[in-house]
Amino acid sequence: MVGPRIVVVGTGPAGVRCAEQLVAAGIRPVVIDEGGRDGGQIYRRQPPNFRRGYADLYGSEAAKADALHRAFDALRDRIDYHPGTLAWNVTEGELHLMRDGAAWRAPYDALIVCAGATDRLMPVKGWQHAGTYSLGAAQVALKSQACSVGRRVVFLGSGPLLYLVAAQYLKAGAAIGAVLDTARLSDRVAALPRLLARPGVLRNGLSYIAALRRAGVPLLSGVTPVEITGDAARGVDGIVVRDGAGRERRFDCDAVAMGYHLRPETQLADLARCAFRFDAEARQWFPEVSLEGRSSVKGVYLAGDGARILGADGAENAGRLAALSALADLGLPVDRARVAALLREQGVMERFRRGLVRAFPWPAGQAADLADDAIVCRCECITAGELRRTVREMGAAEANRAKAFSRVGMGRCQGRYCGQAGAEVVAHAAAVPLEQVGRLRGQAPVKPLAIATREETQ
Amino acid sequence: MSAHTSDVLIVGGGLMGTSTAFFLRRRGMSVTLLERGLVGQQASGTNFGNVRRQARYLLQLPLANRSLGIWQRLPELIGEDLEFLPSGHIRVAYTQDQAGVLEQYARDARDYGLELELIGGAALRARYPFLGPEVRAASLSPHDGHANPRLAAPAFGRAAIRAGAHIAENTEVLEVARDGTAFRASCADGRVYRAPVALIASGAWGDRMSAAFGEPVPLTARGPQMAVTEPVPYRIGPTVGVASQLLQETIYFRQIKRGNIIFGGCGRGPAYPDLRRAYVLPEHTLTQFDQLKRLAPAVARLNIIRVWSGIEGYMDDNLPVMGASRAVSGLYYAFGFSGHGFQLGPGVGDVMAELIATGNTSTPIAPFDIGRFAAASKELPARATTGTQSPAGSAAVPCQQR
Repeated sequence: MVGPRIVVVGTGPAGVRCAEQLVAAGIRPVVIDEGGRDGGQIYRRQPPNFRRGYADLYGSEAAKADALHRAFDALRDRIDYHPGTLAWNVTEGELHLMRDGAAWRAPYDALIVCAGATDRLMPVKGWQHAGTYSLGAAQVALKSQACSVGRRVVFLGSGPLLYLVAAQYLKAGAAIGAVLDTARLSDRVAALPRLLARPGVLRNGLSYIAALRRAGVPLLSGVTPVEITGDAARGVDGIVVRDGAGRERRFDCDAVAMGYHLRPETQLADLARCAFRFDAEARQWFPEVSLEGRSSVKGVYLAGDGARILGADGAENAGRLAALSALADLGLPVDRARVAALLREQGVMERFRRGLVRAFPWPAGQAADLADDAIVCRCECITAGELRRTVREMGAAEANRAKAFSRVGMGRCQGRYCGQAGAEVVAHAAAVPLEQVGRLRGQAPVKPLAIATREETQ
Repeated sequence: MSAHTSDVLIVGGGLMGTSTAFFLRRRGMSVTLLERGLVGQQASGTNFGNVRRQARYLLQLPLANRSLGIWQRLPELIGEDLEFLPSGHIRVAYTQDQAGVLEQYARDARDYGLELELIGGAALRARYPFLGPEVRAASLSPHDGHANPRLAAPAFGRAAIRAGAHIAENTEVLEVARDGTAFRASCADGRVYRAPVALIASGAWGDRMSAAFGEPVPLTARGPQMAVTEPVPYRIGPTVGVASQLLQETIYFRQIKRGNIIFGGCGRGPAYPDLRRAYVLPEHTLTQFDQLKRLAPAVARLNIIRVWSGIEGYMDDNLPVMGASRAVSGLYYAFGFSGHGFQLGPGVGDVMAELIATGNTSTPIAPFDIGRFAAASKELPARATTGTQSPAGSAAVPCQQR
């Protein structure tokens, strides 16, 4: 008997729990992983020849990481696992894949996308200098390769990852110049009622801050970034911000790790033609998805931070729920009580998510104030001034229009890193609500695709 | 006269519509252009950007020549740079037969004022070292080139506005009907526009309009299959295309000053006029990879970063519909450019403005008259309502180089 063909993309917390749930139902899913090893970003595994322990690598989350890795190891011979594989396109009923220069297709009856998230970035003058990293990239360097992105690193931005990565760098013995948070303390206080939905997670976050404070790291809240200083030849040499009181402060460093919470990786959902909705509170577009993981497209399910930013624990639940939804939609039996219990837990995760959005607001105003000579799109070297000119002189008040006229978002990253900030710049210059600017339409390939790629004949 | 009345009403804000609006204003006529979305979003903005005369239907060369004359006067004419690079266009052949086709075309085109240079052997390798070993011959059209389609129609639109045209974007036209001596366009938002002259320049949606006026035409909507690489140093001057009878071999590419290499061809994808979307089929992208490796092996070391498509209207005979209506006085058409309209765009605008203002054109456009379908129209099954939700796959039409 041939069962339904279910393809899972991603082996982070959502993907692993999703595959596990499918295997428990007697399915042998196809599991696609862009990375070389399972674990996703948060539970990223070190290369096989590295020997650090779980406590070193994952700290307070060591037990969860261990459990997830064991769960995946137990699945290995009951799934068709494809590591190092890029899902570069989606058409109806087929996922298009590429590995080692060979392209092939995975037909599916159900596609469950657990693609995760990347840092949400806001440009700052000088962020093109070598030595500017996203928080996620700084964390990858540490987790995967056991190295720091610089000799003296300043952490800039907002969101839980800001303190987490800084604390991890501290623990690894790196020199930290400062942790500069654009959110105000009052934002965090206002978010407390929602954040108390998950007191353990809140406690963890506070412990990172306490550890940084004990180590004497300057911790500033309510800062306004002014400039990452340096030059093209030598890279970053410092950062200038205005503190909460309006005073300009400079911190020397040779690397900046920055990020403003997360943005979901939505290209596969977009290519699968899923509908999107604007989240006014988070000021970003998310794919439309039910708590059970159903997208607007029949047979396409979305789970984890690629759908909405609920964090690792929420992703595990979301992966299970999406699997259960797919099974139910394929006419297979599903434990309804289990679904109900997972949904209840997700309610708590959702409340906490909204707390984080409140505690660490996306600093939209920075886009409005961005100097004309600051670069918005690093791939294409397009400045805020050039983008504003396309709005004012060429009438581009829509995201794709502004991209077409200015090249913002037209480079290698396809707007994954500058798209949201670019939309803010356009909205402000055109004096229209952000929602009206829309979002960049996703196009294949999901990541750059080698022309040398050959179609594999099966 | 209300603000919603003008001398000419143009339906469709692609390159044809916006350039006609611009040239009509230069002739002193008042003009209103209605565009459902934003100017230049479909075929005009998503095509390859070839400003090419060679390999065109010979009787189209006078129009193409006139258009090139306008391209050569940009940006002086419209005040904006469309990134037009007159760096030449080469058409290459893999077979002796196709080399013969290039030679024949070069002989024929000379009568229409298009001088082509045939290049082969060592000279070909010396001049275009990036060409693959299978290339046997090339035909160079030295004054052709390429431009940025994303900028073209919007720039003509802005120039038209500066010259006094009224362009209404995000304006969905529900119906254009003859209302006494004038045309009356009723829009979804309730606005009504009137003019004694109407021009249908609505691309792949043009067939519906012409059918409503009793002139059905055989049009199919399809999407070009485009891709672009990451940027590399600017080395390749001319636009390059393959002459072949096989659609899957017809790759074409160009490099822009920014360094990216843009390519397309080898097939056409599905287009959905009702959804206003066209898609790139992954298999077309992979076929293009194979053909690109054959045509320019060094390019195979690059990555693509994006693919795209747009909705284009293809006529069964691959010629546009251009000129006056045979059924309704005061009505004009300029649509169905079948994937080769970008170079023609400015010339079409100039010619249509001339035709509307004077009743005649100094450039022959008779081969594009809608009357050519009149005899067959009785056999056509209400084409105006088809063409939506087209099946995927390659159109069974002769290969045409973009």
